Amino acid sequence: MTDVAALAEPRDLEQVRARRSALVKGARGAFWAAFCALLLAFPVIFPNPTVTSIAVFTVIFMTAATAWNAFSGYSGYIALGHAAFFGTGAYTLAVISTDIHMAPGYGVFSLVPLGGLVAAAAAVPIGLIALRTRRHTFVVLTIAIFFIFQLLATNLSFTGGSSGEATPAPAWSAGGYNDRFYYAGLVCLAVAVAVTLLIRRSRFGLQLLAIRDDEDRAAGLGVAVTRVKLVAFVASAFSVGMVGALYAYFLGQIYPQFAFDPLFDLSVALMAFLGGLGTVSGPLLGALLLEPLQQYFTLQFSASDLYLVVYGALFLAVILFMPRGVVPTVAGALAARRERRAERGRA
Amino acid sequence: MSPLGTQVVQAVVDGVLTGGVYALMAAGLTLIFGVMDIINIAQGILVVLGAYLSYLLSVHLGLDLFVGLVVTVPALFVVGVVVEWAFMRRLAERERTAMSILVTYAVALVIEGLLSVGFGTNYVELNAWYVNRSVHLLGFYLPDIYLFGFALAAVLLGALYAVLYRTRFGASVRASLQDRTAARLVGVNVERVATICFGLGVAVTAAGGMVFGATNAFNPNSGYDLISRLLTIVILGGLGSVGGALGAAVLMLVIEDVVAVVWSPIWSDVVFFAVLVAVLSVRPVGLFGRTLSRAQ
Amino acid sequence: MTPLLEVSGVSKSFGGLRALDNCSIAVAEGEIAGLIGPNGSGKTTLFNVITGYVRPDSGTVAFRGLPVPAASPAGVFRLGIGRTFQITRIFGRLSVMENMLVATQRHESWWRSVARSAASRAERGRAAELLEFVGLARFAGTPAGRLSYGQRKLLELAYVLVADPAVVLLDEPAGGVNPTLVNEIAERVRELNRAGKTFLIVEHNMELVMSLCHRVTVMHQGAAIVSGPPEAVRADPRVLDAYLGGEDDELVGAGGDARG
Repeated sequence: MTDVAALAEPRDLEQVRARRSALVKGARGAFWAAFCALLLAFPVIFPNPTVTSIAVFTVIFMTAATAWNAFSGYSGYIALGHAAFFGTGAYTLAVISTDIHMAPGYGVFSLVPLGGLVAAAAAVPIGLIALRTRRHTFVVLTIAIFFIFQLLATNLSFTGGSSGEATPAPAWSAGGYNDRFYYAGLVCLAVAVAVTLLIRRSRFGLQLLAIRDDEDRAAGLGVAVTRVKLVAFVASAFSVGMVGALYAYFLGQIYPQFAFDPLFDLSVALMAFLGGLGTVSGPLLGALLLEPLQQYFTLQFSASDLYLVVYGALFLAVILFMPRGVVPTVAGALAARRERRAERGRA
Repeated sequence: MSPLGTQVVQAVVDGVLTGGVYALMAAGLTLIFGVMDIINIAQGILVVLGAYLSYLLSVHLGLDLFVGLVVTVPALFVVGVVVEWAFMRRLAERERTAMSILVTYAVALVIEGLLSVGFGTNYVELNAWYVNRSVHLLGFYLPDIYLFGFALAAVLLGALYAVLYRTRFGASVRASLQDRTAARLVGVNVERVATICFGLGVAVTAAGGMVFGATNAFNPNSGYDLISRLLTIVILGGLGSVGGALGAAVLMLVIEDVVAVVWSPIWSDVVFFAVLVAVLSVRPVGLFGRTLSRAQ
Repeated sequence: MTPLLEVSGVSKSFGGLRALDNCSIAVAEGEIAGLIGPNGSGKTTLFNVITGYVRPDSGTVAFRGLPVPAASPAGVFRLGIGRTFQITRIFGRLSVMENMLVATQRHESWWRSVARSAASRAERGRAAELLEFVGLARFAGTPAGRLSYGQRKLLELAYVLVADPAVVLLDEPAGGVNPTLVNEIAERVRELNRAGKTFLIVEHNMELVMSLCHRVTVMHQGAAIVSGPPEAVRADPRVLDAYLGGEDDELVGAGGDARG
């Protein structure tokens, strides 16, 4: 948009543009309403247990990717140790429900937020140490901390060691069994999305984005950088811990290598990147595309690791053709088209 | 000497010998970082790939492991050059840190998947006459493969040193290490230096992989454990410092082996990573690092 | 009357390089003070010391007669000392308006900052006013990274002004900027000064310094050697010496420009 064009723009054209942007806003609102309705109605439309099981995993990863993005996407600090929080949440639910002999059923879901809290508590010291470093060192430090957690889960006695820990098995009928986990997952997702929106829309989020662009300059302008980073890190760990707990309950039995899976962080990072880092809808879209794909491959070629190849290749393709991710690329293309149309209307 | 004392000294010797091999693999990683400002997460799986290539050559063609390096080292050099050409040089400057980690991670996944499809997930080991033999020296058992591996690492590190400090190309590399823009200004083709360095950094994993495969059973999942160790070593050594990587590799492997003896092998892994966390919480730049990068 | 900003006997070495050597300058309230000197004479280092980016080896900085504690850049900014950088440091992926709002920081707890929308109407209004003032209003929604070099300088000036600092330090505001924009920037500075704002400016463009500043201080080898009205400084033989003198000044430049 050149300034000359802006000056020459007649009044009515501005109104046209305003009306058009209202239309875009309306369309966006309608899309999100339809999306939420679809999410809510999904198990009713597709009651097949295989499908709903995939849906549970998908909602869990939508939440995890959203939560990961709320920290890494907005702050620019790429954390690859969030599996530590996922596993902490999972073990919190498994260990506590076993130790106090919790009756299987809805009551166990009450441990899901507790899983989030324990993960968030663990994130405080981790964040205080890791967030003093930057860039590559930060990445490696998060990976190292993740491995420490995995090794602790394998070697400490209260976690059941490498034989893992069982969670209470509810006696729900096979028909609606997955639905309960699905809706619990939706609640977690709502929390994660709400946290992201809160961050994105607030002064706090602006500070986080400023840190991403130039941390030292932000500090110079009075942004309390350490505190801002830490709060985002802990909030992100909380949501991840919640779905970790849900994941443990859903699987019925957890092992160190599944609860603390090195692939977890890559998966959520790929999802966020595929959809678009630092956007609200990007991680949702990324998880919606990738997690069913992974589950499908696991079911279809159970023993094979073919999905790793597909997964990796897909990501490389995205990097080559849409380096900014799907959502920003598409949004950019749409904006460019609107711009061209406006341009044409003016001419 | 008390039995424990003997064991500790034996552990130190083992640590130094295996540390040499880790130093070689870490040197490749830190070289790539120094020149290109990227971390190659695929380094771990490339070591495993190197081990599998040696496995193929020794099982199917009956080639000696060390002779096989004549094939595997150039092969992995080519792999490195291809990866750099296909992906790394396409990364935008701004998102380089994040993107390079994820791209190399994705490359690692593809390789891991291909290895799993091709070889399955059962553990295999490399075999040769020297793999299960050892010499008895001054009361210590020194496995032949440790000695040979250490010698190989020393030779290759020496070669790397000679290339870096005795050749024109090495001067270009060191110029690029210090300041890419300045190097470009004085006529260094930084892109080509980067490609070759990536190739070299990956090529050393062929040798590292061969020794690793001869001293450990491995499967396509072994890459995770390797890369986390290598990353710990290069961070402690100070990113981009080849000498620092050597020191950190030997130090960490000695610590790990000694902890395994005096405490328990179970906790030696935890200690390995805990050392990194402890060091970085006191010195965010690592043991031998000097500068802290300014911007994200 | 105590000067608004007073640097007394500040020294700073980087390794063996003495970037500042017992340097003292004072800036009076309401003036536009200029700081000139050959490359590497320590101007930027002095800025870094004043604004808390570099800790001096010795000496003190006083603001309104009170010593500035060895504080962080944020603390110095909060006192009312704003600065721009030689190479502008804006937030490239944030919009121009968002850049302005980042600088609108108040002391508040993080949970209040989460609960609050990015800025109040009043803060947005103030930001828009300042953008209007520097002529960037029409770019409010544009990512700052797309601005031209000169526009970035204006943006940096604008967002430093958001917090309404008592004194603004400008590090080469005209460096690498086209002549039209140089005049634009000079005009803004004059206008702000008429409204009572104090400036300390490092600049190589002599014409600009001489026409803009009320008083000029010349630095040489890390110390302030001459200070006075532009005409007097121009005529002072020591200034010519400083500029034409020893070549080894460039050595200090390596340390003087190390901005951490």
